[in-house]
Amino acid sequence: MEHYNMNLTLKVWRQQNAQSQGAFETYSVKEISSEMSFLEMFDVLNEQLIHEGKEPITFDHDCREGICGACSMHINGQAHGPWHETTTCQLHMRAFKDGDTIVVEPWRAAAFPVIKDLMVDRTAFDRIIQAGGYISVNTGNAQDANNLPIAKDKADESFAAATCIGCGACVASCKNASASLFLSAKVAHLALLPQGDAERKTRVLNMVEQMDKEGFGACTNTGACEAECPKGISIMNIRRLNAEYIRAGLSGSIAK
Amino acid sequence: MKNFLTSSIGKKLVMGITGVSLIGFLVVHCYINSLIFLPDGIRRFTEAGHFMGTNPIIRTLEIGLFAGIILHIVQGLMLTVQNKSKRPVGYNVSPGNKSSKWYSRSMGLLGTLILLFLVMHISHFWVPNRYSQHFGSGYEINLYEKMEMVFQDPIVVLVYVLGCISLAWHLLHGFWSAFQTLGLYTPRYAPLIKGLGTAFSIIVPLIFIAMPVAFYFGWLPPASSYVPSH
Ligand code: HEM
Ligand code: SF4
Ligand code: FES
Repeated sequence: MEHYNMNLTLKVWRQQNAQSQGAFETYSVKEISSEMSFLEMFDVLNEQLIHEGKEPITFDHDCREGICGACSMHINGQAHGPWHETTTCQLHMRAFKDGDTIVVEPWRAAAFPVIKDLMVDRTAFDRIIQAGGYISVNTGNAQDANNLPIAKDKADESFAAATCIGCGACVASCKNASASLFLSAKVAHLALLPQGDAERKTRVLNMVEQMDKEGFGACTNTGACEAECPKGISIMNIRRLNAEYIRAGLSGSIAK
Repeated sequence: MKNFLTSSIGKKLVMGITGVSLIGFLVVHCYINSLIFLPDGIRRFTEAGHFMGTNPIIRTLEIGLFAGIILHIVQGLMLTVQNKSKRPVGYNVSPGNKSSKWYSRSMGLLGTLILLFLVMHISHFWVPNRYSQHFGSGYEINLYEKMEMVFQDPIVVLVYVLGCISLAWHLLHGFWSAFQTLGLYTPRYAPLIKGLGTAFSIIVPLIFIAMPVAFYFGWLPPASSYVPSH
């Protein structure tokens, strides 16, 4: 694709800390290359702000290769911007054209309070994982490969669920700020494997309880999460989450 | 498990179970009422209506139906409000229809429209009928004649049509959503459930719409043309 440069107007959410009010600020950036990533464009803007003696914009990022899930930005009304199955760091400026105005907001959810500017606190996800998103085993030496036979379709489905990077785009896109897609990916990933089977009932009950405590909403199956998930996690996992929940509840298991 | 029906998933299970029950009710209701379109329809409809209004099993199920719809409404409205509170600060630019269908996001609103229609609908037929049975003549009212009367008013006909359209949108999302909530929307059955749900959401409300419209335009035989045989 042909390379081009563009001038852009950015409307970015600025907020000093969790307590302060926050507002949009408007910035112009010039001569942005279509080959840049969205975050590189933000680096250019931040350099510019530093040169002007202003405070740079705080935003979350780590791997910049689409695997860590840190780069939470709501761009022109979409989590991670306009490209399908793409994180913000993998979004490139060729998605935009000269003269565009781009509105950048933090994830909006009661369970993800703003720390500063575009950075939100996603530790609620960590606490949901701590409530059961693991298996309890004594880790000795690694076993030989293929010691446990696992059907190919189960392994594939589990692997697909395990590609969730915990980015929170599902919560950000859901009208109920529900964490169901994230939780369902974690529950399905383990419930499909023999290693996860032993604790599957208490796991789902504990993780659902923690999700509710964190202040996420209830799923109403709108499918916005799936459409915005950078890893294409399917809402079929939410079907499985519900089935796991019903099975655990009816068997009389209790969250602990 | 003590939070089984009160957790976020539990509340949705309640919505799903009551929702599916309401769909079951619609099947019966739609079948019986559509008898008016058949030859000798007044007799068929009146006999079926008499059975439904007097059979003790049906009358017991009716109590369950009322409990179910009240639970569905109260839980649905509470969920709508609670879910809304989970995003206290909204987006400046919202995704709109890019990632989800408008009617899937408007179940509370569509449900409220259905509720408004239901209040009118129940006071048109159910209330006078049960009143007559228990406090009046001791018999049911002539429901066919009542429909003929009620549907002379174009405003009433319009409200019924709008109520049924709201129901259609509500079901277009609600039907498959209930199966998803109950863990039954498996890849194997998903196409069947989606297809059945779409057909149901269009056909059933259309049949219901046809009733007030047909009475209004006088397409059905007049109530006076029917003389009960007993
Ligand atoms: C005959 C009338 C009705 C039928 C057949 C019906 C059916 C359904 C079904 C099947 C669902 C899906 C449940 C699920 O996703 O698990 C549902 C959800 C819902 N209904 Fe109804 N409903 C009716 C009336 C109402 C009324 C009167 C209200 C409110 C005033 C209402 C409000 C809701 C709400 C808020 C939801 C949840 C939306 C969601 O989870 O996506 N419904 N309904
Ligand atoms: S399910 Fe998708 S959108 Fe949600 S946290 Fe995981 S990767 Fe992100
Ligand atoms: S910075 Fe790691 S996914 Fe974007």
